[in-house]
Amino acid sequence: MPQPLNYLKETASQTAGPYVHIGLIPAMAGFDIFEKNFSNVLVTPNTKGERITLEGRVLDGSGTPLRDVLLEIWQANAAGRYNHPADRSAGAVEEEFRGWGRAGSDFESGLVTFETIKPGAITDKTGRKCAPHVNVWIVARGINIGLNTRLYFSDEEAANAADPVLNLIEQPVRRKTLIATRSERAGKVVYSFTINLQGPEETVFFDV
Amino acid sequence: MNAQATALQDPRLNRPEPFTPPLGDGGFFQRDRSIHPPAHAPGYKSSVLRSPRQSLLSLENSVSEITGPVFGHNDLGPLDNDLIRNYAKDGDPVGERIIVHGRVMDETGRGVPNTLVEFWQANAGGRYRHKKDTYLAPIDPNFGGCGRALTDDTGYYYFRTVKPGPYPWRNYVNSWRPAHIHFSVFGSGFAQRLITQMYFEGDPLIPVCPILTTIPDKDALDRLVAPLDLNASTPFDSLAYRFDIVLRGQRSTYFENRTAGN
Repeated sequence: MPQPLNYLKETASQTAGPYVHIGLIPAMAGFDIFEKNFSNVLVTPNTKGERITLEGRVLDGSGTPLRDVLLEIWQANAAGRYNHPADRSAGAVEEEFRGWGRAGSDFESGLVTFETIKPGAITDKTGRKCAPHVNVWIVARGINIGLNTRLYFSDEEAANAADPVLNLIEQPVRRKTLIATRSERAGKVVYSFTINLQGPEETVFFDV
Repeated sequence: MNAQATALQDPRLNRPEPFTPPLGDGGFFQRDRSIHPPAHAPGYKSSVLRSPRQSLLSLENSVSEITGPVFGHNDLGPLDNDLIRNYAKDGDPVGERIIVHGRVMDETGRGVPNTLVEFWQANAGGRYRHKKDTYLAPIDPNFGGCGRALTDDTGYYYFRTVKPGPYPWRNYVNSWRPAHIHFSVFGSGFAQRLITQMYFEGDPLIPVCPILTTIPDKDALDRLVAPLDLNASTPFDSLAYRFDIVLRGQRSTYFENRTAGN
């Protein structure tokens, strides 16, 4: 017998279930318990960068919006810097901008929204430039292990065309599933997205 | 010119960068999907229309995956890890008082320090405080059913609660969830993000649960079952259960990189 390696095994995932709000967004479950709550608003008045709303839905295989889904996003600031010590790129961290938020979908419409800023282009550890993007993690009843995907921005055509991750997607038509569409509504910038769990336009999900 | 001489003139072969340690690039160990439930698990009916059918696209970890949100004690309140008191209105909640404790580690066995652990559960009667839960068991006026904690420097966490009850749900006409507590854990990078459920040693509903049995690996399933831990119980007050959580291993920590001079 060779020497044993003795790595531990990752704990198995289980669905977040239909009542995920109790633990992660108690106000949506219908009660108030914590002094401080996490939310879908990532910005403070001091945050630098262009204010945007990310707005979208997650659709099941029948095209029906999930109305009990929870999304988390993780993103860099406007300078392209993540608020985490493992990001050693040059941009400055903003203490007040954590770069993370969570949102439950509306119980009627399935709409999910985040109030944030458009992130800057990211410099990877190898010096590659990556197109601005938001990392997305999706959990819900019926989702056995959290789904990872990304949102890119429709007005970043050149950067998207050069992005190393988008270019890993073999079929160009599938790259479009990750592009959020920019529009303006009452003076506010809105990026709209649809995440399809199944079907001909199934969103690209990553094994990260 | 022979091949060896050509090679020696290739500047790529004389780079000044040192050969780096094999576990030093900061990425996470590749996720072993064989111990996780598949997305499409027909015995758990809700998964059928909610499971992607295309292959996941494998990504080498970039800075987007090895970073993740950082939380601190400022994010929490003093009662957040005490579910017996954090929603109490006119007394303690009904139920079997328990302590749940354990360590959050990565696959190398290192503790994951200062990471956020969130938990939620039904009350002792199996009813959730949620506007969409209509089970006939009563709401407990003194029980909210959620809490959170930050792990300490060694990855240790603990909280106090009452043991949740089992409850029926719509899958087959007579499906019951075993008693369980939901856990959400962050780790140091977003690629470690995990939601799971903890079950209780000896629960006869465990082997017949359509959600728990989505896990194909018997050992992985057993690792979700917390043993009774009498050593950690408080005499004449609370029983204790031990639940260790393992997140994906990391090929280094930024602390180690720092000491290496990066």
